[in-house]
Parts: sequence; structure tokens; C-alpha cells
Amino acid sequence: MRDKLPGVLLVVGLLLLSFPLSIPLVAHHSVATIDTTKEIALKGTVTAWRWANPHCILTFDARDDTGTVRSWAAETANPTSMTQRGWSRTSLKAGDEITVTVQPARNGEPVGILMTAAFSDGRKLVAGLPGTPRPVP
Amino acid sequence: MPKRFIVSIMTSVAVLVCSAVSLAQNHQKWNSPGLAGGGDQRQASPEGPAPRRDLSGIWDAGGPGVSGPGHVGAPFTAWGDEMARSYRPGNGPRMAPLAENNDPLSTRGDPAGFPRNVLYELRPFQIVHTPNQVLMLYLFEKRWRVIWTDGRELPKDPDPRWYGYSVGRWEDDYTLVVQSVGMDERTWLYNAGNPHSADMRVEERYRRVSGNTLELTVTINDSKAYTKPWLGRDKLLLRLMPSDTDLMEMIPSATEAAEYSNLIANPSKPVK
Repeated sequence: MRDKLPGVLLVVGLLLLSFPLSIPLVAHHSVATIDTTKEIALKGTVTAWRWANPHCILTFDARDDTGTVRSWAAETANPTSMTQRGWSRTSLKAGDEITVTVQPARNGEPVGILMTAAFSDGRKLVAGLPGTPRPVP
Repeated sequence: MPKRFIVSIMTSVAVLVCSAVSLAQNHQKWNSPGLAGGGDQRQASPEGPAPRRDLSGIWDAGGPGVSGPGHVGAPFTAWGDEMARSYRPGNGPRMAPLAENNDPLSTRGDPAGFPRNVLYELRPFQIVHTPNQVLMLYLFEKRWRVIWTDGRELPKDPDPRWYGYSVGRWEDDYTLVVQSVGMDERTWLYNAGNPHSADMRVEERYRRVSGNTLELTVTINDSKAYTKPWLGRDKLLLRLMPSDTDLMEMIPSATEAAEYSNLIANPSKPVK
């Protein structure tokens, strides 16, 4: 029995992992147009936080390296999944000054997948659950 | 097995238990997102024996219900293969670029339809019994199905419906078997773009394993699209949620799908 104990604990641990804390890695669509190996940080101003299906979208204005302001759109998961991750429709609002990290589109357009949003007071919202490589799909 | 490994496992279990306790405090009076991702981990009640011929309550399979079993199925027939080639899904082995996705659910806000709604995005749903029906009320899309339990036959040549026609009978005191026909051919079976024909017949088996646990198996039988019947769900476990759970709304609308295309899908198109 003593020899079997580690195996039993392993099974219990895996069961605990698999049911209550399951992570919905649901994909509504391809992320092939996104460079998921790259993550960039952008400091900007929120223009809108769309709490919508199929995915929530953050739009914000940020200056690029040349000083030009570009209007970004970054998607993340749906409202149900985002609620499960502690976000709400009031997490962000127009005018908020934030630093955003995104995985950008491969074509260079100001579009991507939202990873994190950090406020100047130190608060930080993480779009994915701990341990997940990316929040979308 | 090395002692270090045992300690590591025990630590992991302890962390998980603590996490579950912490998550249990996340209960929201309104807008519960369900179990997936650790949203609402409250137990319905202490575990007990299964009641006879009663599936009533709010049920949730958590993450496995949302994400589905994977892009499984059976080999396509020639007809099924031709249909599948015309589908440009967002996921699976035939995944298309975002801007070319033609999934009617996520790009046009069409109904998911049955049985897609139990094979994918099966979020919490409520089962209600009436004297001659079993009603299923789904969080996802906020739709419902009526399963007739009055002994009627399925229609012979039905007009297609997004959610088909369903009849149910108790196989024993704990297993409700539901047969469905007449599903609209425009719906997909999964987000990987598995097609089906109007001839498809679907069997759902709901087995009340215990007071707090339900088991769901779904069999797809469509000889026009697939070379053999296959299991869309195989003993998926659902947990009973507390009866005061208020479920979120999660409706893929055409307006929001169009906004998503304008803001995300179209701008991210590959440069040609």
C-alpha cells in the first residue's frame, strides 16, 4: 500500500486539476494571423472596452516608435470566460491610461491579442489564467 | 518513487485545494459564469443517492463541456467530404485564416443548433420537468429545447429546425434516452467544421449517477455524412449547481459578430 501511495496522490491531484479548475481553451477561430511568439508593450489611452461576444475587444490609442498615434484593437476571450478570470465590463473605461501587452498581427496592422493591461497605480489585469500561454481563443 | 516527488505531489494537491476554497468565495448572486475556469465552485448540496426519474436542476460540465471532446468524428463519406471542404472553420485540422472563417455561428450570429450546442460550448444548462416534457435551458445562446416524454413518435418527414425534434423515454429509473431528428443541414457539428445531413439522428443518454452527478453520452448517426456512427460525447460528467445560481447571458449576436470582423478579423488579414 505504501508503494501505491504516490500513485494514488498523483491520481487525486490530476482529478482535482481536471474538474474544478479546468481551463476553457476554447477556440472560436484561428489565431494563425497573430504572431503568438511575440509580445509587445504599448502605453496608451483606452478608447473603448467592448464587453461582447464572440470576444471582448479593447481599443486604445498608442504612439509607435516614430511618435505617430495608432488606434489599436486587441481581442481577448468572451465575457463569460473573462468573468471567470475576474474581469468585468467596468474593468476598463475610455480615458484610462494603461500599459498594454499584446501579441500583434503578423501583417503589421495595429491589431492583436490582449495579454495584460496595467494601470499606473500598479493594478494589473491578466487576460489569461495563470499558466495559460495566451488568453485567446 | 523518490521522496522529493511525493512531496511535490502533496504540495500541488494542497495548493489546488486552497485554490478551490478561495474560488468558492467568488460566488456571485447574479451572472454566474459556471464552473469552467474556477468561476463558481459551490456545491449544490451534500452528495446523496440519485433520485428516481428526475434530472431537474442546473448542470455544468465545466471546462470539458465548454471545449468539447476535440475534433473527433468518423471518416467522411464522399458527400460529407464535399460538404466539409466548403466549410472554412476557425479551428481543427482544416482551420482557415481568420478573415476566411465562414463558421455561421461566430461570423454571422446564426444559431449553433443541435447537437452542436451539446458538443461545443456546453456551458451550464437547466433541466426542467413538466408532466409531458423535459425542457433544457442553455446558458450559451440563451436557447431552449423541448423533449417530449408523452410517448409520441418522432416526425417522419419533418421541416428542418435549428434545434430539431426530440422525444425522450426513461430506459430505467436513472437514464433518460433522447432521440432527435430534423436538424437543419446548415448547422455545423463542431467549431472544426464537421458537417451533417438532414438525415442525421442523434441519441443523448442522460444517466443520473448520483444526487450531484449526471453523465452525458451523445451518439451521432448520419450515414450520409459519416461512414459509421460516432460518439460526440462519451460519459461527460456534469455537476449539479446550487438552485439559486443565476446564469450569465452569452449570446453570439450578428451585430457583435460584424463588429468583431471590422475591428479584428479583417484588419489582421495576411498581406497578399
